[in-house]
Amino acid sequence: MRTAMANRLTPYMFMAPAAIIMAIALMYPLGYMVWGSFRDWNPSQTIGEAEFVGLKNYIFLWNDPNFHESLGVTLRFAFFVVTIEMVIGVGLALLLDREIRGISLLRTMFILPMMIAPVVVGLMWRYMYHPTVGTFNRFLDSIGLPRVDWLGDHALTSVIIADIWQWTPFIFILSLAALQSLPRSALEAARIDGATAWQQIIHIKLPLMMPVLIVTALLRLIDAFKVLEVILVMTEGGPGLSTEILALRISRTATEFRELGVAAAMSNYLLILLLLLTVGMFAFNRWQEARAARLNALVEEES
Amino acid sequence: MPTIRLDNLVKRYGNVEVLHGIELEMAENEFTVLVGPSGCGKSTTLRMIAGLEDVSDGEIYVDDRPVSHLEPKERDLAMVFQDYALYPHMNVAQNISFALRLARRPKSEINAKVKEVAEMVGLTDFLGRKPGALSGGQRQRVAMARALAKDSGIFLFDEPLSNLDAKLRGQMRAELALMSQRVQKNMIYVTHDQIEAMTLADRIVVMHGGYIQQQGTPEELFKRPVNKFVAGFMGMPPMNFLDGTLEERAGDIWVAGDGFDLKLSGNIATKAKAHSSREVTLGIRPSDLNYADDADPSQALTLDVQVSEYVGAQSVLLCKCGSAQVMVEVNSETPVALGQTLTFAVNQRGVHLFDRATEIAL
Ligand SMILES: Nc1ncnc2c1ncn2[C@@H]1O[C@H](COP(=O)(O)OP(=O)(O)O)[C@@H](O)[C@H]1O
Ligand SMILES: [Mg+2]
Repeated sequence: MRTAMANRLTPYMFMAPAAIIMAIALMYPLGYMVWGSFRDWNPSQTIGEAEFVGLKNYIFLWNDPNFHESLGVTLRFAFFVVTIEMVIGVGLALLLDREIRGISLLRTMFILPMMIAPVVVGLMWRYMYHPTVGTFNRFLDSIGLPRVDWLGDHALTSVIIADIWQWTPFIFILSLAALQSLPRSALEAARIDGATAWQQIIHIKLPLMMPVLIVTALLRLIDAFKVLEVILVMTEGGPGLSTEILALRISRTATEFRELGVAAAMSNYLLILLLLLTVGMFAFNRWQEARAARLNALVEEES
Repeated sequence: MPTIRLDNLVKRYGNVEVLHGIELEMAENEFTVLVGPSGCGKSTTLRMIAGLEDVSDGEIYVDDRPVSHLEPKERDLAMVFQDYALYPHMNVAQNISFALRLARRPKSEINAKVKEVAEMVGLTDFLGRKPGALSGGQRQRVAMARALAKDSGIFLFDEPLSNLDAKLRGQMRAELALMSQRVQKNMIYVTHDQIEAMTLADRIVVMHGGYIQQQGTPEELFKRPVNKFVAGFMGMPPMNFLDGTLEERAGDIWVAGDGFDLKLSGNIATKAKAHSSREVTLGIRPSDLNYADDADPSQALTLDVQVSEYVGAQSVLLCKCGSAQVMVEVNSETPVALGQTLTFAVNQRGVHLFDRATEIAL
C-alpha cells in the first residue's frame, strides 16, 4: 500500500525542484507585477509603502488616449509586420525550394539578418534612413528623385520595413523546412493529375503547410507585440507618438513618468493580449490533435 | 490505348549511369511487368515514362510520338505509387476527383465518375473520409480509384502492393488481375516480387543492373530462361545451381560435378555437345526433382536430406549434393527422415545448362 503510494509520488518528487524554481522564477515577478499594478507606486518607494488604489490604474489606462494611440500603433505594427513577413517568407520558401546550384549559399544568406543583434539592426537602419547622409536618400538623390523623410512623416512604415528585413528569414526557414518535409510522392501525383506549379502550391503545398504556418504566424505575432530595441534605437517612439509601441510606452512610463503602477497595469494588458493569443494557439493545436485522435479511433473501430 | 516504345533509354545521375540503353515495346492493352531485384532501375524506368525523371539519352515514344520533352500531365497517364501518395488533406472523394476538378469537368460528370470508380474498388462507404482515417488496404484502393478516374490510356504502378501485409497483398493481387481484364489499358507494373510478376503479367521484363535480361510471357521466362540470373530470379523456391563439367562418354554427353554424374538426353544434350566450353553450371528447379528409390542412377541425383520445411501440401527439403545445397519440392506425404540419403529422379526437360563464364544458357 505504502510502496504503491510512494511509487506514484516518485515522479512528482523528481519534478519538484524544477517546479519550485519555475514557480519562484516565473510566478514571483509576475505576482509582483500584478500586485504593483493595483498601487500608486513611485520608484522611490518600496512596494509596501505605495498606496493601494484598486483598479484605478487600469481604469485610467482604459480612458487614456495616449495608451489607445500606443495600442493602435502596436496593433498596426504587428498586423502589417506579420502579414507582409508571412507573404514574403512563404513566397521565398516556395521559390527557393528546389535543387539548383548555389541554392544552399543563397538560403544561408537569407537568414543572416536574423542573427544580428536588434540594437545593431536599429543603428544600421537609423543610419540608412538618415535624411541627408543616409543610404536611401543619397540613392534617391543620385537618380534624381525627391528625398523621403523616412523617420519623420513615414516613421511607422520605416520601422515596419526594418522589422520585415530582420524577421522575414524566420518565416522563410520555417516554411522551407515545412515544404521540404511534404510528401514528395503526393506532389508527383499532383503533377501527373495535371496540376500546374501554381495549382500545386494552392491545392497541395499551402494546405499541407498550414499547421506550421499558423504556429509560425502566432509566434511572430507574439514577438511583434513585444518588440522594443529596434524601435527604441531608430525613433525612440517618435515623432510624436507615431512609433511608440506598447513596450516602449511601458518602459517610458516606468522610467520617465515614474509611474510604476501604471506601467505594471499596462504590462498586464499586454500580457492578457498575449495570453489570449497563446491560448488561441494551444486551442488550435488541441483541436487538431483531437481531430486526429477521433479519426484514429474511427479506423480502430473498423479493424 | 497506345503502344509505348522505349528506344535506347539511358539514365544518368551525375556521371553514374543507372540505365544502360533500355529497348522495350509495350503493345496495346498489354499488362507488362518490370521485375528485378531492388536497385536494378525499374522505378527509374517507370518514372521516366511518367515524366517524373528526365531522360538522359534515348527517347520514349507513345504511338510513335516522342514524349520525353512533355510534362507528366501531357502524357495521358495515371500512376499508383508505392506509398499511395494520397493527398492527406482531401477526403477520398476529393482525392479521386482531383484530376477531373483540375481539368474543370462538369460537376455532374465528376460525381458520376467518383461514384463509378468508388464502386469498382469498394470504397462507396468511405468517400467522406480523409486518408489518415483509412487502413492500408483502403488507402491502396483510393490510390487505385484515383488512377482509374482519370481514364487515361496508360496506367503505371510502382510496387503498389509492397506496403501491404501478405494476406491483403494476395487479395489485392487477385483484384488487380480482375481489374486489368475489365479496363482496357496499357498497364506497366513494377515489382521486385516474381510471384506478382508471374500472376499478373501478359509479359514480364526481367531487369538487373540497369539492363533488360529477358522479356517474354511468364511461361517463357520460367521454362526457357536465357541466363543464370533470370533462371535464379523466376520461380519459388529458386532453381538449384551445381557447377559441373561436360564429358563425352561412348557417344553420350554427361555433366559431372561434386556429388553428381548425370547423363543428358534430348534437346539439351544436343546443345551441350555443340557448346564450345566444357565448364558449365547445371540448373534444376526444386520441382523437377522427384523422389524415386528405383530411379536410373544416370538420370538422378543422390542427396543427403538435412532439413525439411513443411509448407502445407508441399514440403521443401534442404539437401546436400557434395558440398552444394540443393532444394527439392516434394509432396508432404512423402516419407522422408532427416539425415537420410535419397535418390531423386531428374526431369530431363527441366535440366538447364549455363556457360560458367558467361552465365548464358546453352
Ligand atoms: N536520385 C538519385 N540519385 C542517384 N542515384 C539514384 C537516384 N535514384 C535512384 N538512383 C539509383 O538508381 C538505381 C536504380 O534505382 P531504382 O530505379 O529506384 O531501383 P528499383 O529497381 O529498386 O526501383 C539505384 O542504384 C539507385 O541507387
Ligand atoms: Mg523502386
